[in-house]
Order: sequence, then structure tokens, then C-alpha cells
Amino acid sequence: MKPSDKNKLKMYTRRATLVSGGMLLLSSALIGRMYYLQVTSRSQYELLAEQNRISMRLLAPTRGDIVDRYGRPIAASTTDYRVNVIPEETETLEDTLKALKAYVPISQRDNERILKASKKQRSFMPISVASNLDWETFSNVNVNMPDLPGIQPDVGTTRLYPEKELAAHIIGYVGAVSEEELTGDPLLEMPEFKIGKNGIEKVLDEKLRGSAGNSKVEVNVLGRVIRELSRQDSLSGETAKLTIDIEMQKFAANRVRDESAAVVVMDIHNGEILAIASTPSFDPNDFNGGISQKKWDALREDIRKPLINKAVSGQYSPGSTFKMVVALAALEDGIVTVEDTHFCNSRYQIGNRTAYCWSKGGHGKINIIQALGQSCDVYFYDLAVKVGIDKIHDMAAKFGIGERFNIGIMSEAKGINPNSDWKRGYSNEPWSGGDTVNVGIGQGFVSTTALQLAVMASRLANGGKMIWPKIFMDETGTETFAQDMGINPENLAIVLQGMSDVYNHERGTAFRYRLRNKEYTLAGKSGTTQVTRISTEERNSEGGVIKNNEKEWIGRDHAIFVGFGPVETPKYAVSVLLEHGGSGSTDASPIARDVLEYVLDKHSEQEEQTVDQGQPV
Amino acid sequence: MSILARIGDHKRKSLRQKLADLNWFIVFIIICVAGIGFAMLYSVAGGSIDPWAKNQFIRFLIGLAMMIVVAIIDIRVWMFLAYPLYAVALGMLVVVDVMGEMGMGAQRWIDLGFMNLQPSEFMKIALVMALARYFHCLSDEETVQIKSLIKPIILIILPVVLVLRQPDLGTTLLIIMGGVAILFAAGVRMWIFVLSFLAMIPALIGAWQFLQPYQKLRVLTFLDPEKDPLGAGYHIIQSKIALGSGGVYGKGFIQGTQSQLNFLPEKHTDFIFTVIAEELGLIGGLSLLGLYLILLAYAMIVSVSVKSQFGRLLILGMAFTFFLYLFINIAMVMGLVPVVGVPLPLVSYGGSAMLTLMVGFGLILSTAIHKETSIPRGGAFA
Repeated sequence: MKPSDKNKLKMYTRRATLVSGGMLLLSSALIGRMYYLQVTSRSQYELLAEQNRISMRLLAPTRGDIVDRYGRPIAASTTDYRVNVIPEETETLEDTLKALKAYVPISQRDNERILKASKKQRSFMPISVASNLDWETFSNVNVNMPDLPGIQPDVGTTRLYPEKELAAHIIGYVGAVSEEELTGDPLLEMPEFKIGKNGIEKVLDEKLRGSAGNSKVEVNVLGRVIRELSRQDSLSGETAKLTIDIEMQKFAANRVRDESAAVVVMDIHNGEILAIASTPSFDPNDFNGGISQKKWDALREDIRKPLINKAVSGQYSPGSTFKMVVALAALEDGIVTVEDTHFCNSRYQIGNRTAYCWSKGGHGKINIIQALGQSCDVYFYDLAVKVGIDKIHDMAAKFGIGERFNIGIMSEAKGINPNSDWKRGYSNEPWSGGDTVNVGIGQGFVSTTALQLAVMASRLANGGKMIWPKIFMDETGTETFAQDMGINPENLAIVLQGMSDVYNHERGTAFRYRLRNKEYTLAGKSGTTQVTRISTEERNSEGGVIKNNEKEWIGRDHAIFVGFGPVETPKYAVSVLLEHGGSGSTDASPIARDVLEYVLDKHSEQEEQTVDQGQPV
Repeated sequence: MSILARIGDHKRKSLRQKLADLNWFIVFIIICVAGIGFAMLYSVAGGSIDPWAKNQFIRFLIGLAMMIVVAIIDIRVWMFLAYPLYAVALGMLVVVDVMGEMGMGAQRWIDLGFMNLQPSEFMKIALVMALARYFHCLSDEETVQIKSLIKPIILIILPVVLVLRQPDLGTTLLIIMGGVAILFAAGVRMWIFVLSFLAMIPALIGAWQFLQPYQKLRVLTFLDPEKDPLGAGYHIIQSKIALGSGGVYGKGFIQGTQSQLNFLPEKHTDFIFTVIAEELGLIGGLSLLGLYLILLAYAMIVSVSVKSQFGRLLILGMAFTFFLYLFINIAMVMGLVPVVGVPLPLVSYGGSAMLTLMVGFGLILSTAIHKETSIPRGGAFA
């Protein structure tokens, strides 16, 4: 080897050693990095890999049913037969939809919606084609699956209100979760998930909702499910059992279908509400998928207010139905006995004001029982002034006037049970004798709800027991212990006699509408409350007070009736309230009669059958 | 054979002798590395030889044959062909460039009918050969002279400019670094490299202006992958997750969640090392790296016993190019260097790079077989 070559080799060897060293050094950097990633930081990356790979799919629970006292569904989760299409499994989406049209009607609009959706979402995600299919259509699709590539029959659940508008006000409805209702619970963020928006659906929402299950699935980068890793099934919501007898409810609601009315039927011994109807109503099924603006506007703008539960939210002067309270207050106070009489000449002077009796000719000399049966206003003006507002107030409180019971449906109004303290808070004016006169016939400041009136009737009919209204069936089914309010039974008997006379005495205000041809009788009290003040000119004019049927609907009197039956062994109480319905005796009392007859015959029959069958009451 | 006939070399080995002198152990290691590649391509296809493993195997067989043919051809032939091959490679780069200019679409390859030839891949070998020949022909005094650097720098810059115009940053860097390595090994003064390195800094800033937006994005994303986790940074993040979650023993063959569920991009090409590390763990990754280092160690050790400067520099150039491939690829998938699109040698799916590397190893093996052959400074056929 030449010296020059030797030098070159020496130089090369030196430099090659440096290059090799460099390569080794860089390789060590690789090894170090590998160690750092795979050993030092492993757990961190493992977690990230799991997050990539594992996706938790929530499984929505089935919403609990709401049933009546015999287990008949009022709100139910029903299977909803649907058909979806998975675009990637079709040959062409158009062909599959065309083939499907032979079994399922698909509108042009649906067709466009599906094609549009298929362009937006990943091709393995199902697109809803049709829902709420009947079983026949659904099974047809299933049978013809081989000819329908990409079609995926699916069974989901939807909320159904089989009785439609019958119990809408108490049941309420469900709807999609709004942004304000999000709590962080992922269940609420599920598409298609519905929560209670009103009524019992809202009040008992958490109980009815149940708890979500989950399915842990492995997904690929596109979100396609590769396999299920584990699964925890969802827990269905609890069933809510109501005291309502849905057939009773149906009868009551249908009886006032054409009115703007409320009807409450109650078991006087345990306060169970058998029916609580409000008309006009709405169909809660319309709210399921979001109500249309047109329907919503129509409901809101209706002057008869179908969205309001008139049985608990509407507050009305009780009118003459309040006379039982005034009578009992006076009897308990001892300032009047059944022997005492008062002379009614149709006028009552208080200060410089004259108050009138509804009877233009006056009732003449009458006692307390007659005054109730004939609903003499003058008698009660006088009695109220004699007993004073404070005693009336206390007695009204015992009977539930001005009390919110919180029975568990929404928007229960409190009403007003006035006294001097209340008035001071209301208008900073002292209580006047004129105020007492007004309250004496259930007008003026006193204001109640149909529910309170039913409670009042129940507590009168059951002998002064403080029952509480309830709409949810007790788990045990036992009757709640009702406290005796300590009212003298003799006094109570006097008032009940007056109530019985309303239907059964020939001079009773509702005698014409009494129940005939039955071995039992009914009792009650009518009330007619003015919506507009009757002016002196009107009263003194040639035609006298303008007749109700000559007025605009909105100007007519409210017709009220509270009743119970049978008189012989009281069982059920009822309150009927017709907004602008005319007269309590002629318009409301026949309804109360029919409802009481139904509850005493049909409902009692059903109740006995159920007891015989050993089902819980 | 006419060229060999002209050499008239009495020391010429017979074919049988050459095959006996071929280092079969190294051939076996190469087969092992490629074998890991087939296995991983089988895995990333979800346990199927289609679409990748089978094709790769066929390509490898062609490459293996080429490698052995290259290995048994006399080193003097290769030295003789160094400049002509460089000229051909440069010419093809010009053709590709002109084709792009003429609006025939920016292409990096020439369709030869039976295969697509990537001139830039070809150039990696040709440049190393040309530079090795150039320095072979210099005396040791000439080697250290500054003026001797003019020609090699031109040799480097010509292809660099053309490849950069394609634009192919990864290959450009490989060509520059391969060339510089030869200069270094040949004995160019150390201070020149130090000075050049310092001069690089302003040059880099200047070069930044010429980078394509996607290339800038790649560099920026490398510097902070979290900045764009769904866009360009996604690849690096997912690759690190896959590697890290593989741990020491890996998730098992065909069990890598990141790769099997497609969270990992380009899993059969640039990111195949990630699949190895995820499924076979640190052990798998180190084993492959170990095989690579055996190949490199063999090349570097054998190079110092080669009699000709051409042969030594050829080995070093090819070995260094091989190292650059594996280093850049592995460093890239681990987030150490930007994503530049360099395949993992002999493992990543794809024909061009595999062919380059197999031919490169053929040249190394050829040099080893002919290490005793001394070549006069004037050239083999002077």
C-alpha cells in the first residue's frame, strides 16, 4: 500500500469511527425516547388509548307508567315500531327507499330528508325512515328484509297518553330536554330523551325516569362499533299509581265537555281524589314530539284557557257554597239555633249601602236550615255580621279554604280566606262591615278552588274529620287517619240537613234537579257568583237584572255546586265549577247529581269487584 | 463482460468464490428485518396477506435478487459507472422537473412501463458513488485543499435543487446529509464543517421562506403537536399514544388498538414502527433496532478493511443513508423530528425505497467481497 493510501485509510478510520459514534449516539437517543414513551409514560398513554378505543353508550331507561287506582294506564311507555336505513348497507339508498315504499308510506319530504341526512352523517349511522308504524306494517318490513338491503327495523319506546285530553292537566306531558334543564346528567343529553314538562310527569320525573344503563363498546376511529365490551342494562322508572278512577274521570270530563269547567270527585273518608277534570283540555300526545306552533298558539289564545287546570289553579268566589261555613261558624259560636228565624224582605241595609237577596220577593221568615236550602242571602248577610269575620275565617280555615294542599300536581292555587289582618296586608285598609256582608254569601274577598270546595264538602259530609286530599295511592293502601276537628255533631247535622234540602225539599234551589228513582238521596249547595257588578240602574231598570243567557259568555255568572251522597251514609263528595256557566242551581247541580250518581253506582261497583278480587284498593 | 475483460485482472474471483465470500449472515439479517415487515403488514391488514404483505414479499424477492447481483459485480465496474450513473440520475431528475413545468402534473417518478422509477431514489445511490469516486481519485494532500471542495459541492447541489423543486424536503435532506457524510469521511477539514454548520443557521431562516405551506405546517406541528390535535398534529399524537400504550411487552400481534382501529394514520407505510412498538412493545422495537445496528456495525467494521478509498466511502455512504432512513423514521414516529415522510428501511410498505436500500446493501456487500481489490488513484481503467 502506498503511503498516500495509508494516510487516506488512517483518516477514513478516524472519521468513520466518529460517524459510527454519531450513529450510536443517535440510536441511543431513540432507545431513550422509546423507554420514556413505553415505560415512563406508559400509563398516561394507555389511558389515552383506552379513551380512543372505548366509548360508553348510554341505554335509556323505560319511563315508568302512570296508572289509575285499578292499574289502568293513563300515561304509558309503549313500543314504537320504527324503520331505519343504514346507507352503507344499501346498494343505492334510492333503490332501497323505492323498494321500501311498497310496505311503508314514504312522503316526498321524508325522501328528501333521508337523502340529505345521508350526505351529512357517516354511512354506517342509521337514519330514521318512519316511526309509529303499526304491527302489521312493521312485520311486513321484517318479512321482506332480504329485498330491503340496509333497512333496519327498530323497536323503541315512546310516551303514549291513551286517554288523550281526559287527564291532561294532572298528568302533564313530556318533551325534549331544553338547554336550561341540563344538569350534567348525560342521560338528559341523549337524543330523543324526554322528560316531564308539566303535571305529574314533571313532579314525579325523577321517580318515573328510572336510571340509565350503559354499554361499553369498542369503536374505531370513525366511531363505528366493533364490539360490545360490557353492558349494564337500564332500570325502568317506577310506576306511579293514582287514586283516580279513569272511568270516573272520563264520565266527569265528558259531562262538562262543552263547558269551561272543573269537576272534582273525592272519597270523603280518606281524601282520595277519584276524578279531577278540567275542560277544555289538550292532548298531551301532541307535546311528545314538540307541539306545532299553530296548535300551541291556538291553545294559548283560547279564551277558555285549555292549558289551565281549573280544578286547582282557577280561583273563584265560592258564592253561596260558602254559606255552610258561615252557618257552622255561627252555630258553633252559639249565636244562633235552629229555632231562631230571620225575616227576609230581599233587602239588607249595612251603613249607607243596601245589599240584595237573589229572591226579588224575599224569603219571609226563615230559619237556618231553610236559609241554606233556599240559599237566602239576607239571612246570611245578617248572620255573617252577627258572627263576625274572624270566626268565619277560622271556620273556613278548618274546611280548607285558602289552603294549598300540595297534593303533588302542579300549579295548585291557594285561594283567599280573608280576615282583617289579610285585608290590611292586601290594601292597608281596615276590615269593614260591608266586607263581612260580602263574605257572608261567599263573595267579596273570599276566593277558593274547586279542589278546596271538594275538600270542604268532604269534611262536612264525613262528620268534621280533617281528611287531606290526595292523588297518589299510598303504597300500603291503608286509609289515612283523619283527625276529628271537634265540631258539634248536632250543628253539623243542621248544616247537612240544609244541604239535603237543596235537592230534596220542594223549596230547595236544586229540587228540580234532584236524583229520582234511587233508594238513596243526595245533598249539596249551589252557588252563583257574579263576574260583573250589578249596578243600581240595572237592578231598577224595567227588565231588572239582565239574564245570563242574554249576556256575552265572558260576562255570565260562574255556576258552582258542591255536593255529597248518599245523604243516608255519606261516601263521596263532588265540586262542580262552570266558568260563566250561568246558575249554580240550574246549570251546575244536574252535573253534580249525575257525577254523584255515577260515583255511587258505577265506581262503587268497580271498587267492590276489585276488593273481591283481592287487589289493593 | 467486456469491461471486466478489459480489466484483465488476474486476481478476479470466480462467481463461486464470490458467492462463498458473500456474507450470508448479513443476508439472513436483512431477510429477518424484511420478515418483521411482512408480519407487521399482515397485522395492519387485520391478519391478511392482502393488500400489503404479499406485494411486499414479491418486491422483496426482486430486491434480494438485485442485491445479490449487485454484490457479485466487481467493485471496479461500479467505480467505472459512478459518473455515468450520476449523469443518468441527474438527467432523469431534469426530465421529471421539465415534465412538471410542462404541466404534465408534478410527478416524482418516471413511468417506465413495467415500474415507476423515482429519480430521486436513484440519485441517493448515484451521488454517493460519484462522490466516493471523486475522493478516491484525489491524493491525500488534494483532499484537504479547499478548491477540491468545489466539484463535490456542485455534485451535491445540482440534485438538491432539482429535488427541492419537486418539492421533496425529506429526500433533499437525505441527499445533503448523505453527501456531507462522504465529505466528512473522506477527510475534509473539520473546521469547514463547523463553519458550514454555523452558516446553516441564517441559511435555514432563508430556506424557511422557500418552504411550501404544508412543509411549514409540518415543522410547526412538530414543534407543538397539541396546538392542532385534530389536524396536522393528530398523526404525531396518535402515534405517541400507540407507542406509549404498547408498554414493554406490547398489546400482542394484531392486538394493537390504535393501529387495528385506525386511530393510527399511515400505519402500513411511515408509521409502521409505531405498530411494531404498540403490538410487540419495547422489546419488539428494540429487537428491530438491534437488527439494524447489526447491519450498520457490519458495514462500518468491514469498511476499514477495504483497500480502496472508493469502496470505503461507498460503504460509509450507503450505510449512512440506511441509518438516516431508520433514524429519521423512528425519531419521527416518536415525535423527535418533524413528519417528513421517510419510510422505515425494508419494513415500510413501498417499492422504491426498498429497492434503493437493497441496491445500497448490494454495493456494501460487493465492496466487502472485493475488499482486497486495490484500485489506482487514476481509476480502475486508467
